[in-house]
Amino acid sequence: MADKTTLQYTAEHEWVLVEGSVATVGITAYAAEKLGDIVFVDLPKAGSTVAEGKVVGEIESTKSVGELFAPVNGTVVEANEAVSASPELVNSDPFGEGWLLKVRFESLPTLLSFDEYSALVGE
Amino acid sequence: MTEQYLPEARHSPLHELHEQLGASFTDFAGWLMPVRYSSDLAEHHAVRTAAGIFDISHMAEISVTGPDAAAFLDHALAGLISAVPLGRAKYSLILEESGGILDDLIVYHLKQGQYFVVANAGNRDVVVSALQDRSAGFDVQLADLTDDIVLIAVQGPQSRAIVAEALDVPGLADLKYYACTDGTFGEADVIVARTGYTGEDGYELYVDVPDAAALWQALVAAGASRGLVPAGLASRDTLRLEAGMPLYGHELGLDTLPEQAGLGRVVNLTKDFVGKHGIEAGPADGARVLVGLVSEGKRAGRAGYPVLHGDVEVGTITSGALSPTLGYPIAMAYVDKNLSEPGTTLDIDVRGSRVAASVVPLPFYKKENHG
Repeated sequence: MADKTTLQYTAEHEWVLVEGSVATVGITAYAAEKLGDIVFVDLPKAGSTVAEGKVVGEIESTKSVGELFAPVNGTVVEANEAVSASPELVNSDPFGEGWLLKVRFESLPTLLSFDEYSALVGE
Repeated sequence: MTEQYLPEARHSPLHELHEQLGASFTDFAGWLMPVRYSSDLAEHHAVRTAAGIFDISHMAEISVTGPDAAAFLDHALAGLISAVPLGRAKYSLILEESGGILDDLIVYHLKQGQYFVVANAGNRDVVVSALQDRSAGFDVQLADLTDDIVLIAVQGPQSRAIVAEALDVPGLADLKYYACTDGTFGEADVIVARTGYTGEDGYELYVDVPDAAALWQALVAAGASRGLVPAGLASRDTLRLEAGMPLYGHELGLDTLPEQAGLGRVVNLTKDFVGKHGIEAGPADGARVLVGLVSEGKRAGRAGYPVLHGDVEVGTITSGALSPTLGYPIAMAYVDKNLSEPGTTLDIDVRGSRVAASVVPLPFYKKENHG
């Protein structure tokens, strides 16, 4: 599980772990809890191009549907197949096994720090 | 994902208990009620396999007493309430003149000449005011007891054992579905009804506010060894959807006649009542009817999604979810009557992509009959 304090965040409740030119993306525990039990995750395929701020996937709980936004411009190098098979991983380990996408990017936009995101969700 | 609680949102008398249990809350009809305690799926499965305990104090309770109580309710509601024996309950509707549905409700016949009408939280004021208007000329007294009463539902196959241990309810073992009786909890009187909104066996307990927290805790203690969990409104919604039970504002509304919602049996045309003329006129030509839809995969149609036949929009989903019990998507929808026969194949527009669906009879889920 990634160290939450060193991750970067978006206002759409995604976390981003930057390693070289690849960003690993998931949703935050706050978002997972707000959604409730997640029962279906629809992710883009490896090789697809994603654009910052655009919807790239869906996260459905029993009660509602959340949209997944790409936090960066780039190309999907991997979608987490474990999450497609077991969507509950997003609830049980949102910052670890419940990661969603790895995206190769060229430049990184300004994202939120842990403190800024924490302030945003009031925690 | 921005959620803001209205400052005036009302709290259940059990609110502190829910906070101690770690509940997440949601605003429901102006009440801040538990939406889940831990996992809505786990709470759903607990009700199907063991038991769940729900605080549904937001529901409105209205007492109707007096010599004309039965005649008044026959006039005010769609069902023949005067035929409900003592100690029995009846699901009914309150209609406007046009036949449109003001609310669905349960009427309990508690004592001779004394009835208890339980309405939806969101329709409390509408129902109270309609009943008052309709009481002219009848010798009845109406009282809105919502603020004085806590309603606790214990639902699931273990619910009888739990209620039997926590309360003293003479004749509990023989209490039939849609029957009610008096129980006691210590010194407190409790109305015990074998009713619910989950499609599972269960009980609804009406208790005065000062005794409610102790009753909740006694039920939780009695349920500890029986798999009882506190359950929130999220699981209550998926449970009632599987059971094919309508939710006001989704399947029922002012623009819906009972017949369209499959509730024609609830209306009794042998008597006069408010809304009878609208019912006799019948639905408008082309009025859609409520059906069940099932589909494959995991993507559920949800409230508001269009239902298609070829390229023509022929209906709208009113409630839908991936069924936790069945494992496939289920939905209720209003569709054109000529496409409402079970077996009909339709499409659901799930946010721009088509998901094939079949019309099925309701309910989606029926508990095994243990007699």
